[in-house]
Amino acid sequence: MSSISRRDFNKLLLAGSAGVAFGVFGSGSQGFAAQKRVVVIGGGFGGAATAKYLKKLDPSITVTLVEPKAAYATCPFSNWVLADLRTMPQITQTYSALAHRHGIKVIGDTATAIDPVKGTVTLKGGRTLGYDRLVVSPGIDFKWSAIEGYSQALAESKMPHAYQAGVQTQLLHKQLHAMKDGGTVLICPPANPFRCPPGPYERASLVAHYLKKKKPNSKVIILDPKEKFSKQGLFTKGWQRLYPGMIEWRGATTGGKILSVDGAAMTVKTDLGEVKGDVINIIPPQKAGQIAFTAGLTDESGWCPVNPMSFESTIHKNIHVIGDACKAGAMPKSGFAASSQGKVAAAAIVMLLRGQEPAPPSLVNTCYSLVGTDYGISVAGVYQFTANGIVEIPGSGGLTPIDASDDQLAQEAMFAEGWYTNIVRDIWG
Amino acid sequence: MPSYLQASLVAGMVAAASVTCSSQGYGASTAAGVNPRGQVLSLSCAGCHGTDGKSASIIPSIYGKSAEYIESALKDFKSGARVSTVMARHAKGYSDEEIHLIAEYFGSVGKKTGKTGGRK
Ligand SMILES: Cc1cc2nc3c(=O)[nH]c(=O)nc-3n(C[C@H](O)[C@H](O)[C@H](O)COP(=O)(O)OP(=O)(O)OC[C@H]3O[C@@H](n4cnc5c(N)ncnc54)[C@H](O)[C@@H]3O)c2cc1C
Repeated sequence: MSSISRRDFNKLLLAGSAGVAFGVFGSGSQGFAAQKRVVVIGGGFGGAATAKYLKKLDPSITVTLVEPKAAYATCPFSNWVLADLRTMPQITQTYSALAHRHGIKVIGDTATAIDPVKGTVTLKGGRTLGYDRLVVSPGIDFKWSAIEGYSQALAESKMPHAYQAGVQTQLLHKQLHAMKDGGTVLICPPANPFRCPPGPYERASLVAHYLKKKKPNSKVIILDPKEKFSKQGLFTKGWQRLYPGMIEWRGATTGGKILSVDGAAMTVKTDLGEVKGDVINIIPPQKAGQIAFTAGLTDESGWCPVNPMSFESTIHKNIHVIGDACKAGAMPKSGFAASSQGKVAAAAIVMLLRGQEPAPPSLVNTCYSLVGTDYGISVAGVYQFTANGIVEIPGSGGLTPIDASDDQLAQEAMFAEGWYTNIVRDIWG
Repeated sequence: MPSYLQASLVAGMVAAASVTCSSQGYGASTAAGVNPRGQVLSLSCAGCHGTDGKSASIIPSIYGKSAEYIESALKDFKSGARVSTVMARHAKGYSDEEIHLIAEYFGSVGKKTGKTGGRK
């Protein structure tokens, strides 16, 4: 690995402290009379965290948050809703604390265009906002035409994705509850990369949790184009222990690859034949949110390349892209990662607006998954920025041990709940 | 390594080294003497432990704990001397120096008075 080693890092640190006049840093905020304006597009995990931490780190900055939804349902814990372990109101966040307690201007609108040269954002409602720095955190959009027979209309009627929480979660919940005992639920995740790599498998677990209690003759089949998946060993062990015979996973070589779907017949065609489902959850392939494309922030991958020091776009200056929409190396597309990136971007923007260089980033992720009510598992990662981009720090992070005791698993389930309580307060509270 | 990365990293380290002079430069809400590197390292912790380390759940608070306590706890998580579910996996991602910076940051946040400490 050709990264900057810790030794080099320390050498640079020493060189810096010996050789640079400290006066550079002494100019302070009073030196900048003009109010600096930062606009944030998107009030999800990434955008809301950035807005809040910008204000926290430098209250003199004017921060405007543009988000069309007045109430944001979190994807984290939306799988819990499917199993009646949470209600929709319990996973719904609002912007009132950000507006009233933290002094952020919250605008309920959608950004439709960005002019990176003039430094302006145009809103659907007709307003134009000027910025010194812009943060773009629009999350994901779906590739509707990637699967033959599938469409947005089908997702909104018969085959919900439930991969943006809200009405989609409610639709899938309704279908699961209406299903007869003995039915089959198909869960069809996409290939990598996609939002929340353990998400479809936590979903399979919690759907099975619900079925075991209410419709014990039913089953869940996962049709997966991948050869392996996130936390696979831990999930598989949990399924055997809690839901024996209920969850079947078919991978790339065992008929998991979807060729087409038929909404009228409620079938999914794979390379090994047709599978019928009573409830069909298609999670389509994804790309960065639309505004990232409109603004020319994406590359050929469909995601946004950034400089990990500050998450500034490598395509357009003064625009930072964070969260699921950006390419963040080894970091997964998770809410935790999006908020961690948001904090790094906020700290960097505060420095950059003062004409100073940001401190090296520190990035973290923890994703809990619930396999059953007293059965939690997790994956953690601590990341550094090297010449190879964002990489995991060797020796750190990793999974819940495969031989974790029941006590540990129960503790992780409690910590999952504790995590949710704290992170939503950290971002929207 | 691409030169733009090298340049920005070097500049970043310089900023990180400005421990003794960061108070005016780093923002009204950071206490005097707050090290920007320590701050950036510490902001991540809030994702589980709450803003400024103030937990509203079963996860332990960091807020109000002394720097000495936090430093020894993190080192014990890292070595395995203290048993944990997830903390060892995190603590192993930080050098002893970084652990010191994180401990110093939370030690100072807990001592602050006034409205800069986050909610309640
Ligand atoms: C089932 C499921 C379970 C998950 N569980 C976890 C978990 O346990 N832990 C975890 O860390 N992550 C989890 N995730 C992942 C997490 O939800 C995402 O990674 C996270 O939401 C990404 O944050 P973001 O800010 O990039 O996007 P989002 O949170 O999607 O926010 C984007 C926001 O931008 C707004 N927006 C989009 N375009 C515009 C525009 N043009 N103008 C204005 N606003 C706009 C949208 O309305 C939206 O509110 C889960 C995801 C799913 C689907």
